Amino acid sequence: MAQFIDILSWAFLLAGGAFCVIGTIGLLRMPDMFTRLHGASVVDTLGMGFIILGLILQAGFTLIAAKLIIIAALILLTTPVATHALAQAALHAGIRPKLDHDETGGHIAGEDASSNS
Amino acid sequence: MMFFVAMIAVLISLALGLVRALLGPTMFDRMLAGNTVGTLAVLALALIGFVTGRPDFLDLAILYTLLNLVGTIAVLRYFKLSEPAVPVADPVAAPVTDKE
Amino acid sequence: MTEAQGEADAGIGSNPILSGVWHRALPGMFEGRQVLYFASAVIITYIFWLVLSGHYTPLLLVIGAVSSLLVVALGSRMAVVDREGHPIDLVLRAVWYWPWLLWEIVKAGIDVSRIILSPSLPISPTLINVRASQKSAVGLVTYANSITLTPGTVSVEVEDDEITVHAITYAGAQDLAKGGMDRVVSRFEGAAK
Repeated sequence: MAQFIDILSWAFLLAGGAFCVIGTIGLLRMPDMFTRLHGASVVDTLGMGFIILGLILQAGFTLIAAKLIIIAALILLTTPVATHALAQAALHAGIRPKLDHDETGGHIAGEDASSNS
Repeated sequence: MMFFVAMIAVLISLALGLVRALLGPTMFDRMLAGNTVGTLAVLALALIGFVTGRPDFLDLAILYTLLNLVGTIAVLRYFKLSEPAVPVADPVAAPVTDKE
Repeated sequence: MTEAQGEADAGIGSNPILSGVWHRALPGMFEGRQVLYFASAVIITYIFWLVLSGHYTPLLLVIGAVSSLLVVALGSRMAVVDREGHPIDLVLRAVWYWPWLLWEIVKAGIDVSRIILSPSLPISPTLINVRASQKSAVGLVTYANSITLTPGTVSVEVEDDEITVHAITYAGAQDLAKGGMDRVVSRFEGAAK
């Protein structure tokens, strides 16, 4: 049983490491800032999640596992805020994404409200 | 053993993230790379804690998680408030299609 | 701030025990469900302290209790300990919402990884307006953050009933526009307004 949990946690650690590398490769390969956000979010969700999961399996039912769960929860709660703030700030600074399809019809939510703030 | 493999993967990602931070044509690319490097630093700290058998490093990881958000928001606020003084957009790298 | 104080005066002004120093220090704290939010925030802060501390001597336990009370009291004076900042009625529903969201994240993350690794980089960046049918601010924030957390879609701007989303593929944008996630978040938000 302990062997099985070990193998499972190794698999999770490997997957997490792989997703971290994939996400940062995306960060390098993507053509503009808005598409790079998606590469970064792979690191923040899958890479982080699998590595923490692997570490939790190594730690077992201890205080360390509780701390790891707190770390994962905090990252999952704070990254979307930072990412959204980045995207919004970039849009307000006048950086327009390179688009293949623009389905907004020129109307971007909150644009009128933001012009006077 | 497996910790070292994950550690190496995280360090490679850190290096790639730093490359983006150095290249990043606009300020926001650098901010994004900094944010990702922050997350990877948290993972690296947690792994260091396990490699060296000292769980104290997890507390540092929690602190880093919180500082990461605060740092990103603070820098964005700073650039938002001082918008005219700091050139954030590189006109060559990020073509601006005027919507107006 | 002055309005909250006025309400507090109207609510407990007739109660000689609760008025006075305590209600000057914590305006509005003894109003209805506010006590519930206060107590639950103290409990969660204390659990956080216990997990982080790891030492369970009487001195440290007492210091933890005092500091978590103090922190929540300060938050209460800043009027951030209310339903918006601390929606305890959503905790039960989060039990099924979080696993669902995590599964969505895994599926989308694998899709995005495949895109990143394929040599031709088959992206078709799309900007799209998605309808948000949530009624409360908490529901809207949950929806926008769930969109951002899912790899492949990022919420760029948020309005009352509309979210502008940047998606990495056209198919992903169309998938989101169908409103599957919108309905699940609305169910998560539930009747709580």
